[in-house]
Amino acid sequence: MARRFANPFDADASLCGCGRTHVPGLACEDLPNAPAQDGTHEYGEIAEQAVLRALYPDDATRRGMLRAVGAGTLFAAINAFFPLGAAREALAQAPGTIEKRDLKIGFIPITCATPIIMAHPMGFYQRHGLNVEVIRTAGWAVIRDRAIAREYDAAHMLSPMPLAMSLGAGVAQPIPFAVAAIENTNGQAITLANKHREKRNPRDWKGFRFAVPFDYSMHNYLLRHYLAEHGIDPDRDVQIRSVPPPEMVANLRADNIDGYLGPDPFNQRAVFDGVGFIHILTKELWDGHPCCAFAVPRSMITDTPNTFHALLRAIVEATGYSQNAANRREVAAAISGQNYLNQPQTVVEQVLTGTFADGLGRVQRVPDRIGFDPFPWHSMAMWIMTQMRRWGQLNRDVDYRQVAEQVFLATDAANAMRALGQAVPATTVQSFTLMGRTFDPANPAPWTERGIRTS
Amino acid sequence: MSSRVTNARAALLSLALLAAFLGAWEFSARSGGSGGGAALDPEYAALLGAAAAQGGQTGFPMPSEIAARLWELVRDPFYIAGPNDQGIGIQLAYSLARVAAGFLLAAAVAIPLGFLIGMSPLLSAALNPFIQVLRPVSPLAWMPLALYTIKDSSISSIFVIFICSVWPMLLNTAFGVSSTRKEWLNVARTLEAGRLKTAWKVILPAAAPTILTGMRISIGIAWLVIVAAEMLVGGTGIGYWVWNQWNNLSLADIVIAILLIGIVGLLLDRLLGVLARAVAWAE
Repeated sequence: MARRFANPFDADASLCGCGRTHVPGLACEDLPNAPAQDGTHEYGEIAEQAVLRALYPDDATRRGMLRAVGAGTLFAAINAFFPLGAAREALAQAPGTIEKRDLKIGFIPITCATPIIMAHPMGFYQRHGLNVEVIRTAGWAVIRDRAIAREYDAAHMLSPMPLAMSLGAGVAQPIPFAVAAIENTNGQAITLANKHREKRNPRDWKGFRFAVPFDYSMHNYLLRHYLAEHGIDPDRDVQIRSVPPPEMVANLRADNIDGYLGPDPFNQRAVFDGVGFIHILTKELWDGHPCCAFAVPRSMITDTPNTFHALLRAIVEATGYSQNAANRREVAAAISGQNYLNQPQTVVEQVLTGTFADGLGRVQRVPDRIGFDPFPWHSMAMWIMTQMRRWGQLNRDVDYRQVAEQVFLATDAANAMRALGQAVPATTVQSFTLMGRTFDPANPAPWTERGIRTS
Repeated sequence: MSSRVTNARAALLSLALLAAFLGAWEFSARSGGSGGGAALDPEYAALLGAAAAQGGQTGFPMPSEIAARLWELVRDPFYIAGPNDQGIGIQLAYSLARVAAGFLLAAAVAIPLGFLIGMSPLLSAALNPFIQVLRPVSPLAWMPLALYTIKDSSISSIFVIFICSVWPMLLNTAFGVSSTRKEWLNVARTLEAGRLKTAWKVILPAAAPTILTGMRISIGIAWLVIVAAEMLVGGTGIGYWVWNQWNNLSLADIVIAILLIGIVGLLLDRLLGVLARAVAWAE
């Protein structure tokens, strides 16, 4: 196993905020280091780092010490009064205290769930001491109800769902759920039936029937915003129905809908079957928007904290692995089988690699068609809530920032990312741009108006 | 003798009709389908399905394709390759187990209750409005309620089977019991048989054929409902398998599922038909 963290006993390395040590002046990247020899792997390294950080908070001092006496001497000296070897082992055994090893995680068969799914065949759950069963589920309402009933320990959800459930929108009473990590960014598209090839301007779409996967979905909010920006009233001028993703292509073929803003692989599947074409990728609407989330009930975090953290680390690690463009083909092969997505491999591959047929006779190359980034930005949650307010799903004013902090567990995700050596953003809110308009987390109010008035 | 000849001729005609139907299907699927559109860029065409690469849409599967797929499925019906990928035999077994549980539960409730309703005109009149309102409700309408209250998807589907198959049995039992001949009840009374003994020795045998008819209707409904219920909640079962193949837009698998569901339904019906013949009586 390659050493995941740079050796803190290396005099030239500095402990960076990203959780790795690096040579001053170098960007965050892996340094060639000998792997830990006592079998404690990265947990041992985390222990070493923590102790060294505690003893020498100042990087310069630590480097000075290392240069003066050498790593071996320093290690021996520290070991004399602090059992560093024992600490390495103690932390490595952290998975041993996992309260519940056998977990069930529900997923919807779409590429958004890639990290949740691929972590099973590719062994990420096992590596973190968990025995996880991933169970394909028939629809969002079912996955929500089964998660509420605790049939699933954790579930793949659309990122607005835990917010809506916690706020009591669309459920009988508020049920505290949390977004432990975001699964994917981008990766959705508007697909239209082939007969609309000439109607590429949304202003011509009056009377269209659209499908979105669920009322509480990024798909619904993005489609509504896209239509509204083109002067189409999403409530009066078109019909927007909630249709489970797998049924979208069948409905498009049956001419039951004119198009959908749906998750992949069903956009690509429509092209594969000659039923529709990809009008626009959602990346063009908001580059880096969140889509699906890894959701857990609040009670799981308090009842079984070690299980939760091990699971989160497994998911974050799987997300990082999926993000790497070099791994995308391998991931596509792992998840397209009967047991997971049950789709032709070429369809999944086109989605993940971003080299795809658009249904209009062109091969497009968009490597960031879908991204995998676990960090649950609070500003994303805030935007989602403004849209719930905007389209009448939420009928009262809430403190967006506060709810976002409660539901989107940025701190836990950041800790897991740091422990795995991934780069962690310094803040949890940032402004971003949707179709040329800026969302400012300090002033979310304009986004709650049906027709947005931002300066 | 003449009836056997008719049977043989009917079977021959059935086969001829089937062959003609399949032949026409195969022929039309072969000749249709491909659109014969303009030649596409080979790199682009490689990313599409076979039909789309020729400028058409993926067509309806041919009988020969379906037969090949059926052979593939039936050859190894009991494999388990993870929670989401199990053989067709296992899926059918799951569905049958759920149907059996829901149906037996319904029988255990409907038959005694039907007896009470049949024997008491007052109870019959009092319960009638409830029965009439609940009876026509679609199984799928019960599902969200069941999932919310029971909080277990497998028990929820059993409950939905129960609630849908209980009514025909209840109404038939009540009808059979209430239409027991007055003369027979009077004979029982003159012989000073108690209420329980009358119910057991006179009413039950008299009503048995009607009750069995109710059960036969119910098992048909239960088998209809399980497919819908499993499509909705997912997990295991033949209904979920149909949903899953729909998700993959694999029409060949769906045709196979329709065939299998039909055959199993036929077998279930025949089973109760045999039972019904055992309790039948003629005057």
